Amino acid sequence: MASADNIAGIGMSAPDHAAQPQDPAPGPAPGQVPGDLPGRAQQDDLLALLMRIGDDHLILGHRLSEWCGHAPMLEEDLALPNMALDLLGTARMCYGYAAEIEGGGKTEDDYAFLRDGTAFRHILMVEQPNGDFAYTILRQFFFAAFMHPFWQEMTGLADPRLAAHAQKAVKELAYHIRHSGEWVIRLGDGTPESTRRMGEALDALSPYVGELFETDSISIALTTAGVLPDMEVVQRQFDATVAQTFRAATLPDYAPEFAHSGGRRGRHTEHLGHLLAELQFMQRAYPGQSW
Amino acid sequence: MSVDADLAAIRAIAEAVPDPELVVVTVGDLGIVRDIRTGDGTVEIDVTPTYSACPATLAIELEIETAVNSAGYAAAVRRVLSPAWTTDWITPEGRTKLKEAGIAPPLARSDDDSGAVQYFSQPVVPCPRCDSHDTARLSAFGATACKAQYQCASCHEPFDYFKCL
Repeated sequence: MASADNIAGIGMSAPDHAAQPQDPAPGPAPGQVPGDLPGRAQQDDLLALLMRIGDDHLILGHRLSEWCGHAPMLEEDLALPNMALDLLGTARMCYGYAAEIEGGGKTEDDYAFLRDGTAFRHILMVEQPNGDFAYTILRQFFFAAFMHPFWQEMTGLADPRLAAHAQKAVKELAYHIRHSGEWVIRLGDGTPESTRRMGEALDALSPYVGELFETDSISIALTTAGVLPDMEVVQRQFDATVAQTFRAATLPDYAPEFAHSGGRRGRHTEHLGHLLAELQFMQRAYPGQSW
Repeated sequence: MSVDADLAAIRAIAEAVPDPELVVVTVGDLGIVRDIRTGDGTVEIDVTPTYSACPATLAIELEIETAVNSAGYAAAVRRVLSPAWTTDWITPEGRTKLKEAGIAPPLARSDDDSGAVQYFSQPVVPCPRCDSHDTARLSAFGATACKAQYQCASCHEPFDYFKCL
């Protein structure tokens, strides 16, 4: 572990609004504000949203990449990093877009490699260690079952950049749902051992699902402005996909009793610090290093 | 040269650039060169990425710029995300070249992703070598984001399938 401020512990205070990358710039000069953004308040909300989506995808993509060379079979050794690559594509779009809005010479790399844990805004589910293959694949299924309707709704919304990206992402996520969902069915309706493992994965992951649909003043303002999908609409589609899949997998109805919270406000579990120590090592040890 | 002749020449140069990860096809075959405009002595070329994280995206853009620049035009490539690329844009020539290289081209129209998920319903992909329909999928993912792996039960050759997107 590099240093104490790399560790994002539960209960550590964190900025309550948009993510602040290291050395926060005073903000874009007036000339750098894109003309199609109505105001500073909405621009701050948009930046916060880009960190939420981008961080969800970067951190889950990193977790998936940890399977490379370790998957239970060769086909999954191809599948998991391929899905990770799709997720990184979305993270790069978000960070690149944020860098353009913030200006001041920022690049996508600043967001990925030079922010400390408390500045990350992803949900807690994506930073959890991979566990076994059942856990990894069920988490992937939950995430894809959420992101697919999220992007589907986004294609018709007001931000042209996000709407354009959504057209592509929705197809990639449909493939992720099919791939991970087929595994949920195979394992859930498989051998006693695979059924037990999928059941344990479901118990462990259920409390992390609710955070996907969490709303706050930022998300409500963005939904009102027509930039962010209505979470109730997304959740209805998510519930339908999960119900269809769990029936086929002979898994019990999914009905979590509570939901962990905190990631969207920068309050993370201890696992994030360890993840960032690896993800950010090169830029921390050799600042400014480039290819 | 007239503007139209210039545009046609530039298009031919841009579309002849090979895909760096799939060198048997050109970017023209893939259908990703969307528009070419001239004005003020510069050429603007719209290019649409195939996948959101395709590692070849930047390389393709640079190679198109380089090719057009070395023909004496000041070219700038613009990345256009919408409408999103689909395998439906691959030209008939592109499909033929893929098949000749042992890669089964995408079967039909890209999937309609609305409604309930279709699990365990794999398309029947004819073998690009012997045209047998007795094939099976080995892996949903392949060496690049655009491919899945199949094997033919008639000639026993494994082959790549360019997924419908």
